[in-house]
Amino acid sequence: MTIGLTHYLILSAAMFACGVMCMMLKRNAVGVLVGIELLLNAANVNFVAFARYRTGAMDGQIAAVFVILLAAAEAAIAIAIFMNFYNNAATIDVDRGATLRG
Amino acid sequence: MTHATLPWVERSPDFWSRIRLQAQALLLCGGGAMLVVAVFGIALLIQGRDDGVVFWFSVPAPIAFGALLPLAVGALIAGGLIRRGWLLSLIVGGHFIAAGIVNYLILEWLKFDAYVLGILLLLVFPALGCATLLTGFLAVTFYRVFALILPRAAPILFFGGVAALLIVVPWLHALLFEFIKGLMQSELGRNEAVTFFGGGLTIAELSSISPILADRWRFLAYLLWPLQFDVVRDIVCLGGVLGFINVIPLFTIWWERKVSGRIQSRLGPMRVGGWHGWAQSFADGIKLIFKEDFVPPQGDKALFRLAPYLTFVPAVCAFIALPFATLWAFRALDVALVFILAMLGIEVVGVIIAGWASNNKWSVYGSMREACQMVSYEIPMGMALLIPVMTAGTLSLTTIVDDAHFGQTGGFWTWMVFRNPFCFAAALVYFVASLASCKRAPFDLPESESELVAGFLTEYSGFRWCLFFFAEYAAMYVVCGLCTILFFGGWSSPLPAAWALTSDSLFGRAANGVLFSGPLWFVLKSGLLLYVQIWVRWTLPRIRIDQVLYACIQVMLPLTMVLLLGNTFWILLEQQGWGWFTALTGIVNWALAAFGVIVFVVCLYWIIHGYVNNRRLVGTLAIEHLPGA
Amino acid sequence: MFEAVMFYLFGGVALVSAIGCVASSNIVRVACWLLGALGGVAGLYFLNFANLLGAIQLIVYAGGTLLLIIFGIMLTSKSPWITYNPKRWEVVTAVCVGAALFAGTAIATLSAGLKPGEAPMTANATVKQIGTELLTSYLVPFEAASVLLLAVLIGAAYLARAEKR
Repeated sequence: MTIGLTHYLILSAAMFACGVMCMMLKRNAVGVLVGIELLLNAANVNFVAFARYRTGAMDGQIAAVFVILLAAAEAAIAIAIFMNFYNNAATIDVDRGATLRG
Repeated sequence: MTHATLPWVERSPDFWSRIRLQAQALLLCGGGAMLVVAVFGIALLIQGRDDGVVFWFSVPAPIAFGALLPLAVGALIAGGLIRRGWLLSLIVGGHFIAAGIVNYLILEWLKFDAYVLGILLLLVFPALGCATLLTGFLAVTFYRVFALILPRAAPILFFGGVAALLIVVPWLHALLFEFIKGLMQSELGRNEAVTFFGGGLTIAELSSISPILADRWRFLAYLLWPLQFDVVRDIVCLGGVLGFINVIPLFTIWWERKVSGRIQSRLGPMRVGGWHGWAQSFADGIKLIFKEDFVPPQGDKALFRLAPYLTFVPAVCAFIALPFATLWAFRALDVALVFILAMLGIEVVGVIIAGWASNNKWSVYGSMREACQMVSYEIPMGMALLIPVMTAGTLSLTTIVDDAHFGQTGGFWTWMVFRNPFCFAAALVYFVASLASCKRAPFDLPESESELVAGFLTEYSGFRWCLFFFAEYAAMYVVCGLCTILFFGGWSSPLPAAWALTSDSLFGRAANGVLFSGPLWFVLKSGLLLYVQIWVRWTLPRIRIDQVLYACIQVMLPLTMVLLLGNTFWILLEQQGWGWFTALTGIVNWALAAFGVIVFVVCLYWIIHGYVNNRRLVGTLAIEHLPGA
Repeated sequence: MFEAVMFYLFGGVALVSAIGCVASSNIVRVACWLLGALGGVAGLYFLNFANLLGAIQLIVYAGGTLLLIIFGIMLTSKSPWITYNPKRWEVVTAVCVGAALFAGTAIATLSAGLKPGEAPMTANATVKQIGTELLTSYLVPFEAASVLLLAVLIGAAYLARAEKR
């Protein structure tokens, strides 16, 4: 029983699907953020697996480093936006943030 | 007879002396019988001819002692107890009969080396049983003497146990593992994997390496055989780590109470165990385990139960990457530093979840404060740690100490803290940040007893509360160990390692390990830093949360940035190799080292001065008759 | 063998936690499940010879981002028990989309004809290698990322500043 690239790809596909479902089902903005983090993690698993099984070089791992960095930056800015929104609307229900709709 | 009367108080002294006589007789008879069997086994092993010994241990001994004896004993017991009821007789006697049948089946059907079973049944079990039963007999016979000796012997046992745990057991295991590793890499280990877990050594090969393990003594090879598997070695090492984590809080809590008592002109724990209340932590532990296991009914029960483990498990995981000496790392990761910092970070999540799941406003305040504090201290802490990492050029903790060029093995003046002024300042910044990371005063806001009634710990009791404390003290040890490795030379002694003995004999290795580099030094140095943490806790008042944020973000963060930049330029100038700068580096290095020596000597003088001129503490009249007062 | 066991262990932890994230309606529990998912993925990194990446995952994601998320939950909720149960048609839609996505990706992966058990990388990527790569071939993205982080720092501080009323 050897573990190959396919195993990692299937796992990452399942995690990606979970992330999408999480984004769709949560109405709390933080829950949506959690879904995004799951998506990014699923993508990272792919990067690292490809780095090991295909190229054998550092490229995939470095891409994963950048993804982690972007995820951290995105979480920081998202939480800041949520707090601002909470200050203004007294809720972080994403469906209520529709004041810009024409 | 009132309700308060305990049932056994009503018994007469005659009854108790009769019971004691019966116990003595039983223990003596059992112990004597086992002694006879063990002596017979030893005599057989030493005296007889090789083939005779192997025959005796392989055929008659397993059959007689493994199958026939249990059957006979079981039959006797079953017969004797049949008057008391057939169920009892079946249960008690049936165990022995079943054991006899199982042993017979093992001998008959499995491809098992009967010789090992013979050794176990004729030598090991009787020897162990004899020792246990005879000790019991002595204890029952001379119980007055034992009651006198035990409190005095116990501290010796305790500290001896700590020393053994730290020095003898890991050291022997390290030697053994090295030996096995050598075998694995030699010709013997080159063949196909023999089991599910891999490994290339078989019993026959192990027996063939030396006459000690040959024919008659081949049961010793069975002891070595499992050690070739990484899994077994990991389990042994993990056992060591867990044992250490268990000893650290027990010892440190007692020590902290003694130190705090002395700082506040009290004595601290004095009663439990005799010598300076050394067994207080054990008593507390027993008390805690028997406390009510409370889960707040309105809180999130699952998360409430999960939170202590979220705090405790990362603390254990941090020890995985923390090396105690060159070879004494569970895993010498090349990213050990980042890994340990990550584990310290995850620990905080457990604390926050604990406060949240308690559904108590004080607890939520505590966890909010912890979150605030974490966000503010972690950046200065990480940046302060970057400075020695930058100087040494590696993230691996073993390399930082042992590296030939940038290592810290050349005497105390080569320790990172004395290397340049930026490293010196970084050590101070890191120490302050590490206080905050362990939630120690003056940064113990998450669990401040006087404002938040213990914060996130308010709703916890019993074993879960215990786990939080184990995690806290383990984390204290980890941050002190990191400080020791990165700034204070890790496991290298203040003497240069170049002075060490060159011989590779057992004596030479032991002498080098004790005098020049070894886990003993690591434990001593981390213990000293631990003491400073305790000292600071009982000296400084708690600061407010806004002061914590101010101190971490507006003072320490810019300071570490300046230090990082300064260190960069210092290293850059060093690499230029200009003569005037080399001279400056030398002067600064020696000045800092001299400053360190002066601080150490002054502290030593204070300690000696205080010890010589100690006056009796005010108000100790009532307790002056206690031992150690 | 060892690798297979560890893959199923870490992968199982990651996947079960991801499903837990979707299924649980309490937002604090969602964050806890996320910790499990991040830890499982970090284990997979360690398994794939990416030690540094695994450690970074733990320190940045589990130590930093997750804390930020919990912080966000605490600051933006009036009651501790903010639960939200989605409507039935929402659940059905989401599960359909998720299943379709998973099925599509899985079929594409399986039909790609990847050979199993072929691994060019045999040793850990050292910190030195990754650092060298970052400062040579990936210097421009690295600098761009640092500028981005600066922008995020200023932007987050601006957005989350206390309102003076």
